[in-house]
This record gives sequence, C-alpha cells and structure tokens, in this order.
Amino acid sequence: MAELQLRSVEKSYGNGFKAVHGIDLHVKEGEFMVLVGPSGCAKSTTLRMIAGLETITGGEVLIGDRVVNDLVPGKRGIAMVFQNYALYPHMQVRRNLSFGLRLKRQPKEQIESATQDVSGVLEIEELLDRLPKQLSGGQAQRVALGRALIKQPEVFLFDEPLSNLDAKLRASMRVRITDLHKRLRDEARPATVVYVTHDQVEAMTMGDRICVMKDGHIMQVADPTTLYDRPANAFVAGFIGMPEMNLVPAALAGGKGGQSLTLDGQSISVGKDLEARLESSGGRVTMGIRPQHLEIVAADADDALTGKIVNLEFMGHEVNLHADVGGETFVCVVPSDQFDKNLQRGDRVGLRPRTSKMHVFDIHTGANISLA
Amino acid sequence: MSDLIQPLSESTEPPTALQIKLQRRSRWNAVLRYTLLTVVGFVMIYPLLWLVGASFKSNAEMFSSAWFWPKDATVQGYIDGWKTSTPYTFATFFFNSMQIVIPKVIGTAISCTLVAYGFARFEFPGKKILFAILIATLLLPDVVTRIPQYLLFRELGWLDTYLPLIAPAWLAGDAFFVFMMIQFLRAIPREMEEAARVDGANTAQTLIFIVVPILMPALVSVCLFQFMWTMNDFLGPLIYISTVEKYPVSLALKLSIDATEAFNWNSILAMTVLALTPSLVVFFIAQKSFIEGISTGGVKG
Repeated sequence: MAELQLRSVEKSYGNGFKAVHGIDLHVKEGEFMVLVGPSGCAKSTTLRMIAGLETITGGEVLIGDRVVNDLVPGKRGIAMVFQNYALYPHMQVRRNLSFGLRLKRQPKEQIESATQDVSGVLEIEELLDRLPKQLSGGQAQRVALGRALIKQPEVFLFDEPLSNLDAKLRASMRVRITDLHKRLRDEARPATVVYVTHDQVEAMTMGDRICVMKDGHIMQVADPTTLYDRPANAFVAGFIGMPEMNLVPAALAGGKGGQSLTLDGQSISVGKDLEARLESSGGRVTMGIRPQHLEIVAADADDALTGKIVNLEFMGHEVNLHADVGGETFVCVVPSDQFDKNLQRGDRVGLRPRTSKMHVFDIHTGANISLA
Repeated sequence: MSDLIQPLSESTEPPTALQIKLQRRSRWNAVLRYTLLTVVGFVMIYPLLWLVGASFKSNAEMFSSAWFWPKDATVQGYIDGWKTSTPYTFATFFFNSMQIVIPKVIGTAISCTLVAYGFARFEFPGKKILFAILIATLLLPDVVTRIPQYLLFRELGWLDTYLPLIAPAWLAGDAFFVFMMIQFLRAIPREMEEAARVDGANTAQTLIFIVVPILMPALVSVCLFQFMWTMNDFLGPLIYISTVEKYPVSLALKLSIDATEAFNWNSILAMTVLALTPSLVVFFIAQKSFIEGISTGGVKG
C-alpha cells in the first residue's frame, strides 16, 4: 500500500479544450478518498489519468515515491473497478479473477489460493465456474471487485462502480465496500482507495475524505463533517446536503443592534455567532441556510422571513415546505410530527433561520466569508 | 391479434360469438400464410432440389422431365465426373482448391483483425485519410484493378502459382471484411480492453486474450464468407492459373464442359453437387456464430 499524490496535474486535449486545470491532491496511505462532482467535472478523467488510461499533459502523479506518468497501467500498481463491470465475457469468473496473475506467470498453486481467498471474502465461491452473462448485476460487481482485490495493488481505483445497480443493492454494496476497507485496515494491510461517484450519499457515507470537483478544479477536500458544516464555497454548500442548501442574494449591513441581512425588504439580525465569523461588514452577499436549519414561525415574526407557501411535499417522516420570499424560493424541512397540519399552499408563513448554522458567501467568487 | 385470443384460453366462461369469429379468422389467416410461405419456399429451393436429383439421373433422362426425382437412380454421373477427362481425378482439384482456400482464410482472419483493431482503437497520423482510402476501395469495381494487378504479379513472376490469389488476403486486401470487423469492434465497450491493460496486458496480449475471443462471431463470419467466395471464385484462378494440374474445383467444372463434345450433364451436375458440399458443411458447422456475427455486426454497427 502506498500514498498517492497529484501535483498540478493537467489534462488538455488536442483541440485546445482543457479538462483538468492543475489539481493537487494528496491521498494518504490507507485512506478512502472520494472524488465527487456533477457530470462533466473531470472526476473520471482524473481517475483515468491516475490509472494510466489517459495521458497526463501536465504535472505529476506519484504512487508511493514513484512518478508514474510514463508507466503503462499494468506497471503502476493499481487496480480498477469499472462502472459497467468490464468482466471478460468469454472467461469464467475464476479466469476473470486470475487473468492479471496469469499474465504475470505466477505459479498455479499461488493463483489458486489467491482465487480462493478473494472469492471467500466476497462470497462468490459458488460463482467461480459461471460466465459473466450468468451473473446478476450485484454478483458481477462483486467479481469485478474481486478482480481488483486479487492483485493486492497499491491503490484501488473505483469509477462509479455502483451506478448500474438498483437502489437497494447499491446500499448493500456500499456497506460491503466500506466494510472491506475497514477490514483490510484492521488486518494491517490498508488499502488506498480513490473512488469516483456523482452520488453525494455514496461520497458522504464512504469517504474518509471527499474531494469535490467542478469544471476541472478542486473545490474543497475535507472529511464529510467539515464539508457539510464548513463548506469552503457556495458550490460545495449547494452540492452537499439534501435537499440543497438555500442560497439567495441578500444585502449585509451594519446597524445599532449589530449586523443584519436584508432581502425583499425584510431584515434579520445575523446574531452574535455569525457576526463573529464574518469577514465582511457590508455589501451584496449570498446567504446560505440549510433547509433543516429553518424554523417555521408565524408570519411577520421577529428575525424571520415572511413568505408564501408555494409547495408542500409530504415525505412520510418529514415535510418539505417550499416558500416564496420576494421571488426567491426557500425550502424548509420539518419533521412530520412538528408540522402544523393546517398550513396550506398559499398561506403566509414565517421562516426563522438558526443563524449559528448560517453561511455567507461572496456574491462574486462564491467563497465562504463566514468561516473564521 | 394474439392479445385478443390470449384471454380466451384462460377464462372459464364460454367464448362469445365475437371471440369465436375472431378465433376462426385468425386460424384461417395462419393457414393462408403458411400455405403461401410453403409454396414460395418450394419454388425457391426447387432448382437446388433439381440439381441434387438430376445428378442421379442418366444423361438421357436429364431433359425428358422437369421433375427432380430420378426414375432410375444411378451414381454413374459421380463415377464419371470424379474421373474427369483429364489425367487427374477430382480429388486433385479439391486438394488444389484447399491449397488456395485454407491459406487465404487464415490470412484474411489474421490481417483483417489486425487492421480493424488498428483503425478502431488507435489514434495515429493520417488515420482519417487511410480509412477513407480503405472505404473507397470498397466502392471500386474489381474489374478496374484486374489488369494492373495482373501486370504486377507477372513482374513478380507469380503467374501460374497460387500466390496472386493468396497474397492479397494476407495484406488485408478485402476491405469489406476490414470494414465489417471495424463495425463489430466499435460495438464492443472499450472498458474490457482497459481492464486488461490495468491487469497488466500489453497491446498484443489484449488483442489475443480479450479482443479476439469477443470478436469470434465476426471472425467466423469473415472466414465463412471468404471460404465460400474463394471456393466459388472462377475469375481469379482463370486469370492466374494456366496448368490443368493446378486447377481448383471451380475451373475444373468448366473443364468438363469444354472437353467433351456431347456434354455429360449428369457428371457435371454430380461434380457441382460435390463442389457445393464443402461450403454447405462449413456453413452448418459455423451457423450459430455466423448468424450472431452478421446480425450483431449489422444492428449495432
């Protein structure tokens, strides 16, 4: 096992399009790093550059202390799991698993015992003599996982491995992969993992750290809690969390009772906690508040924004309330048992943000100016 | 139609008048359709049936009736035909045909796979132009190249050998096959090859262990087409082969028409039946992969 380092790695194409803009990333030995971002953010390209399936047009990739830029994939000490499994269709599971070892001309007994080990771990012993077309999606993905595991690589690369599975299976495979990672760590042979996904649930539940990407730039690298509580910018704030954080333009201004945020002619005081964190004293900003941190109060209450209910979504355990405040829609999540059943679409309602949980972003750069 | 009929067999209630009417109509439809298909099918296959039947007729009976079943079946046609009017038996000619067909099929399989793999999976300078030229040769009529080709092979001193027939196949000379393989390859996801590369395979190993097995149905189709076309090729051997001893089956059949004053039609037909047999046998052996090959190649390409 080894650490993985990306040093100002770039990817540009012949037609001048630049997909990756000099990213730096350090994945520690045994760390589970998730690359996440919307489609087209170059997360897969980055992974494929680490794997050696795409050329690196700038910067360096290091596995352990070796620069691997010019090594073929087979010599980099990596293993990869693909989204569509990419099992060799003409080989039985057993031969699929052992293909890499057979290419290296390892002794037969060693290959046999490695195959047994891996199939034991992944519970695919009874599938060993089947062909890939005789496997279900989940089974095929386990075999693909086994094919990576058997090589005992220095770095594991996952390219959206669960996207082709149904929701239930995805949840169980998620647990299986994280369990496996923990188990390898406990057995003192920790696995360094880079895992690409566009699913923030996968990212939050699996990653030791998460690297959020957008348009070939890294937006923030942090552990899940930090990412959620202290997003570095408006993009990360909006990308992580369900439903999305409410991000609306507002005016920040000082006053005798302390600073306040104004939108649609309504002012709310920012409170001591947020005021202490703020790096700016006035001007146009983007205010951000998670739907979970909005409290429903009576219309026209103090330190609350009054709006009109435009939609109500009953989710069972909670209710998503959409309210329009001066043309901006706020989403507010209320547990079902605390929800006032009399509220209806069209009603006026007050939304009181928990200011200690509020963020303020620079309206132009999107940077979080309330982190200090 | 089947939707209307389906519930009838499952329901316990007696069928209504409308259901009975529909059922009867659909039965009539089926009878009509199958009768028509059978008749047309029979008309289509009749010449072949006649060929096989007539090869067992005597020469005198040949043109007395259009019906294919021989009155007095005889294998004399086969005996005479096999001997031929030359010093060689048909065994020689079959052997000659195989000397052309087998190297040609093997050459086609290897060269077309390599060229198609190159075009489908690699970027190299001039790829677009080269591919355009390849496709252009598809559209070029064979006749145009006959004379320059002949002159070329004459310069090389290859006349009256099998080389002019075989060598082009080893150089992926059949653009159609290359094109067919490229189309098939394009339908195969690249991830499998990428997985093989991650597993440590080099380009040649990826081709041999991963791509070729997946390509097998297409490869079988290519081999089968090449086998049948070469077996039936008349013009190529006619131009390049001048010694009777080296004649393949297709030329030998013509030989028996030339040599005799009164044609022994029954022996000609008998040898025609034999000449068809290898292609038919090979086709039925490879039928499953062949149909898989042309259908996937066509649909996904």
